Amino acid sequence: MRRILSMLLENEPGALSRVVGLFSQRNYNIETLTVAATEDPTLSRLTVTTIGDDKVIEQITKQLNKLIEVVKVVDLTEGAHIERELMLLKVKASGAQRAEVKRTVDIFRGQIVDVTSSVYTIQLAGNSDKLDAFIQAVGRTCILEVVRTGVSGIARGEKTLTI
Amino acid sequence: MTTELLSGADMIVRFLQDEGVEHIYGYPGGAALHIYDALFRQDKVQHILVRHEQAAVHMADGYARATGKAGVALVTSGPGATNTITGIATAFMDSIPMVVLCGQVPSTLVGQDAFQETDMMGVSRPVVKHNLSVQHPSEIPGVLRKAFYIAQSGRPGPVVVDIPKDMTAPNERYEYVFPRKIKLRSYQPPQKGHAGQIRKALDMMLSARRPVIYSGGGIILGGASKRLTELAHTLGFPVTNTLMGLGGFPGTDKQFIGMLGMHGSYEANMAMHHADLIIALGARFDDRVTNAPDKFCPGAKIIHVDIDPASISKTIQADVPIVGPLDAVLKEMLSQLEDRGAKPDQEALKQWWKQIDEWRAYHGGRYRTDDSEMIKPQAVIEALYKITKGKAFVCSDVGQHQMFAAQYYKFDKPNRWINSGGLGTMGFGLPAAMGVKLEFPEEEVVCVTGEGSIQMNIQELSTCNQYNLPVKIVCLNNQSLGMVKQWQDMNYESRHSQSYMKSLPDFHKLMEAYGHEAITITKPEELEEGLRKAFAMKDKLVFVNVMVDPFEHVYPMQVARGSMKDMWLSKTERV
Repeated sequence: MRRILSMLLENEPGALSRVVGLFSQRNYNIETLTVAATEDPTLSRLTVTTIGDDKVIEQITKQLNKLIEVVKVVDLTEGAHIERELMLLKVKASGAQRAEVKRTVDIFRGQIVDVTSSVYTIQLAGNSDKLDAFIQAVGRTCILEVVRTGVSGIARGEKTLTI
Repeated sequence: MTTELLSGADMIVRFLQDEGVEHIYGYPGGAALHIYDALFRQDKVQHILVRHEQAAVHMADGYARATGKAGVALVTSGPGATNTITGIATAFMDSIPMVVLCGQVPSTLVGQDAFQETDMMGVSRPVVKHNLSVQHPSEIPGVLRKAFYIAQSGRPGPVVVDIPKDMTAPNERYEYVFPRKIKLRSYQPPQKGHAGQIRKALDMMLSARRPVIYSGGGIILGGASKRLTELAHTLGFPVTNTLMGLGGFPGTDKQFIGMLGMHGSYEANMAMHHADLIIALGARFDDRVTNAPDKFCPGAKIIHVDIDPASISKTIQADVPIVGPLDAVLKEMLSQLEDRGAKPDQEALKQWWKQIDEWRAYHGGRYRTDDSEMIKPQAVIEALYKITKGKAFVCSDVGQHQMFAAQYYKFDKPNRWINSGGLGTMGFGLPAAMGVKLEFPEEEVVCVTGEGSIQMNIQELSTCNQYNLPVKIVCLNNQSLGMVKQWQDMNYESRHSQSYMKSLPDFHKLMEAYGHEAITITKPEELEEGLRKAFAMKDKLVFVNVMVDPFEHVYPMQVARGSMKDMWLSKTERV
């Protein structure tokens, strides 16, 4: 099962490599990974999506908690949550295609953020399924380049991940 | 308080003094020279110069296992640092507290592929509890405080400190204050177990009909062997120890049923398999203990106490998990037990002991003595036990001799059995014994080894000479890599691929060259006398070369992928 693990870690050199190292060392999956400092510059927030059954996820969570620099870990998928991923794409857009691509972008509530005579650069945010669906809708043949940030997530409601 | 201005190098040495470190083990080199100069200018911290950095770490490890305090090693960058990796991994697998100080090229050169540069933070990362890099000389006291705290608290482990040379420059001085306390928001090891969970565990213990206490290295690391003994005696339950847990419960106690696992005793493995309750205390259900996890103890509920939550339900699902320091948890168990005034089912326990005693009587550690004229390796350990009155520190290498020592030397005290259990590092025994002997000069310190293992750190005989470390080396010489050969006998139709060593050194000449003594024993009737002679030479390192039966196997041996109870008891008997 796909899970979103979100954690706070000390914003120190090497902390990220410990998290990544742990996953490869113990044969866990990393599907996506995002990391950046929070409003408190001493802390980074790291979100990783991974795949595993309950037992594996429990082990991953425990092993992450064991890392000295990891302050807190939550499994966002355990409760209601919001997840977003940002995607930038370059798409061939010439002739009749131009209007068609524009329409699709509008349907998916994306934005065209840069234009040349033959290329649209599109920005699209949403959950990973939506981004996949967009890629499918535009069609692989006209896609020139895709860059995705990986998933960021936050719990719904009053629940917060802070120290 | 007056503040002192010290260079980074002086701060390191001063910190070690203030921390109460008396011995460090190491090897100098370019990036560590400022620190070595600071060591030279003082006499409180004694530095032991080894002959290979791996041995420095094993010495620190031996010290730590015998005392419970962090051992400290000091090496230079590059090859000095990478040579420590096997030793660090050894300590990591067995949760041994240790601080390894590594020189590094100056911070201005880091990343430039400088001479003797290695990314020690990266190289060591998978085999340390934590590693720290010094970014500014003024940070040194704080970084070292953190290193010692992390190494020694919670589930202990090795911590590497990477120190670029410019951090120790003699002309840059900063304020030094010894930091006594430290609090890390991201690291707070548990201080006690959950009282409700402990109550639940006691309910199960009091209603169990076939309980077994299965205790591991955590009992020794957690200083909980007295409380374990008290609990076992109060309840009357049988106790089995893991390889790492030997000595955590007295080996001569009638409630002790031996080591469990791959080469565990028949009665321990049988009892585990037939138990209805397993009380795992500071043990981690290692694959050398459980055999096939899906066939593990089918009728047993499991209580698992460990300071590391990640050890619980990692391989075997626990019914009652308790996270906490062993000593505190056992204390709480004993006090709740006293409050309740209840006793386990005595009739059921009587039946259970009757069954265990039958298993004991069936096997009881027997081995054949009629199939060879040669000395049996088991007999060497029995004689060693007798001659040292069971009181020696036994530091083992890895292989058949290690298993024989674990099976036949009965440890009544914790911290006396010192071996590389998790990583299985050949070459561990001699340097570990040196670390112990340095700390306990009046005690007998024995390195039980084989002619294979001893050659993996044999250069340390020179260090023993320099610092007068009269350990006794008992070498079970079967002229082959015994454990490898045993597996080849059992699984590869005796195709002894590379498990035979030609051209063994003449150990007598070798010992003479290093200034030590040697005795060779070839006949069973000379065994005790030979060992006595060796131990009578109090101030000498004596290498006792015992020529043993090269065809002997270690039994019992669990059948691969079977349950706990599937064992070979001899070359021909399988149960």
